[in-house]
Amino acid sequence: MDNGTLIKTQGLVKRYPVGTGYFTALNGVNLEVNAGEFVGLVGPSGSGKTTLLNIIGALDTATEGTVEVLGKDLATLTGPQAAKHRSSFLGFIFQTYNLLPVYTVFENVEFPLLLLGKSAAERKAMVMEALEWVGIADKAKSRPKMLSGGESQRVAIARAMVKKPQLVLADEPTANLDAKNSHHILDTMLKLNNDLGTTFVFATHDEKVISYLKRKVTLVDGAIQSDETTA
Amino acid sequence: MILFKLAWRNLVGAGLRTWLNVLVLAMAFILMIWGKSVVDGMAYQLYDAMTNIEFGKGGQLWHSEFDPLDPLTIEDAHAVYPEELAGRIATDDVATILVRQGTIYPEGRMQTIMIKGINPGQKAMDLPTDKIVVGSTGLTPALIGQKMANKTGLTQGDLLTVRWRDAGGTFDARDVEIVHIMNTVVQTVDKNQIWIPIADLQLMSDMDGQATMIALTQPFEGTPSSPVWVYRDLDFLLRDTQELITAKNAGGNIMYGILFAIALLAIFDTQVLSIFRRKKEMGTLMAMGLTRAKVIGLFTLEGSMNGLLAFGAGFILGSPLFYYMAVHGYTVPGGMDDLGMALGNTIYAKYGAGLMLGTTSLLFATVVLVSWLPTRKISKLTPTDALRGK
Repeated sequence: MDNGTLIKTQGLVKRYPVGTGYFTALNGVNLEVNAGEFVGLVGPSGSGKTTLLNIIGALDTATEGTVEVLGKDLATLTGPQAAKHRSSFLGFIFQTYNLLPVYTVFENVEFPLLLLGKSAAERKAMVMEALEWVGIADKAKSRPKMLSGGESQRVAIARAMVKKPQLVLADEPTANLDAKNSHHILDTMLKLNNDLGTTFVFATHDEKVISYLKRKVTLVDGAIQSDETTA
Repeated sequence: MILFKLAWRNLVGAGLRTWLNVLVLAMAFILMIWGKSVVDGMAYQLYDAMTNIEFGKGGQLWHSEFDPLDPLTIEDAHAVYPEELAGRIATDDVATILVRQGTIYPEGRMQTIMIKGINPGQKAMDLPTDKIVVGSTGLTPALIGQKMANKTGLTQGDLLTVRWRDAGGTFDARDVEIVHIMNTVVQTVDKNQIWIPIADLQLMSDMDGQATMIALTQPFEGTPSSPVWVYRDLDFLLRDTQELITAKNAGGNIMYGILFAIALLAIFDTQVLSIFRRKKEMGTLMAMGLTRAKVIGLFTLEGSMNGLLAFGAGFILGSPLFYYMAVHGYTVPGGMDDLGMALGNTIYAKYGAGLMLGTTSLLFATVVLVSWLPTRKISKLTPTDALRGK
């Protein structure tokens, strides 16, 4: 794994027990993602996109094979170490935004910084900066239920980006958004990728997202069918 | 520290849900303290009244034949004072009481009574015996209670014919003057009783230097020299009262338990609902780097902080009630003393450190426990399942 490689999987297999047998979600995935990439895992439902994303994000474990993220072999991490790894280096964006409903926009974006032990002054500056990036600083005091879908997803992006992680994992980030909001979100993420050098990995089957990708990895039945650079 | 901050944020952010929980808990807390304090106050008043008014702080010496529940024993229950108390009797440090049965005829109707002779200067019982002094008529002065006065229609200054049997069994009679009517919550010193100077009763009964019982200011050390006298300590004398209090406490504890269960149910219900309804939130917290143990801690803390807020709210909301009940008390229509309890018409709440700290500690410890119990399920939750809300 050279210095530019952020993610490296080798012979990655993930099986889930189903009844008396197993369902193989990932079947021998070999993937390398370098720093600064804007890469999408595409494929139909059930192809293993989200499973791969979860394993890369240390939210799930592989049945076989190795996964290295930021130079760490995820199989060797304990629960608290994996949590620390996520907290320090990764950002997550979810299809349903997953904003904490009782927090304001500011507090939602501030949350990852609290876990990192940043001071109040640092947190305030970083949160406002992140909200500026996604163009939603004027909603800082709003609660999630007062936001549209597009605004909610922008808050989720700000929350994922506020600590300037090296890697952001986005699971179907535009699936709940209309075309206009989808493009706005993707433009925002692409800008962050270009300006901050943050690596983005998407799981998506949304054509709109695919058109933005710099690299498209197609998964079918848990295996990589194609891996093409698009830009 | 961060968990406290997050838990506080969650509670405040949850708004109405939090405040409803806090209100239910606070009301339960207030009612628990109130209910228990009334029973405690009742017990205190009962013990206080019985000890100070009826028995004396040091217990009593009884004639061995004396049984307050058997009037037939009174006839023979009299003996000369025990020698070892001669000094204390001389200084009126004890109350020497001679009890005889008698009859009065208020408004022309015959009524059986207890005539109790007592040394007017006694210091052992909280009775206004110093009022039993010879009045203008020169007749034997008599003290009665308000209930006795109400029942017989007697008023201060009235003359009353009293008939009794002397030591030889001969009937005799004389007039007495009601010199004072006392207010007391202890009906056993009031109803059907008439108090006169013991010297007069000893003379009337031909029982010079004799008594039926002696109320003491301090516990009697050792055993009386004469076997005719038996020492009854406060444990013995208050045994019936203790049983009454135990029965009242049992009822109070049932109410305490019900309120306690309601309070805990509110917390438990909220926690269980939280675990089911906030799985996606838990998954998000884990994805952002909170360990499973910290998620459990966060949810437990949230539940526990409900309890802390409730205690605060309970003290603020309950203080006026607590104060009113301690100062003005709770008025019982008709009076509890009519039911055989020496309480008068008002029960004052009593708040001991044990009640306040005990209730607070018990409730808080249990709130923490029921807050934590449902969160154990989180330990089996994987981040991916949680994110899917499963």
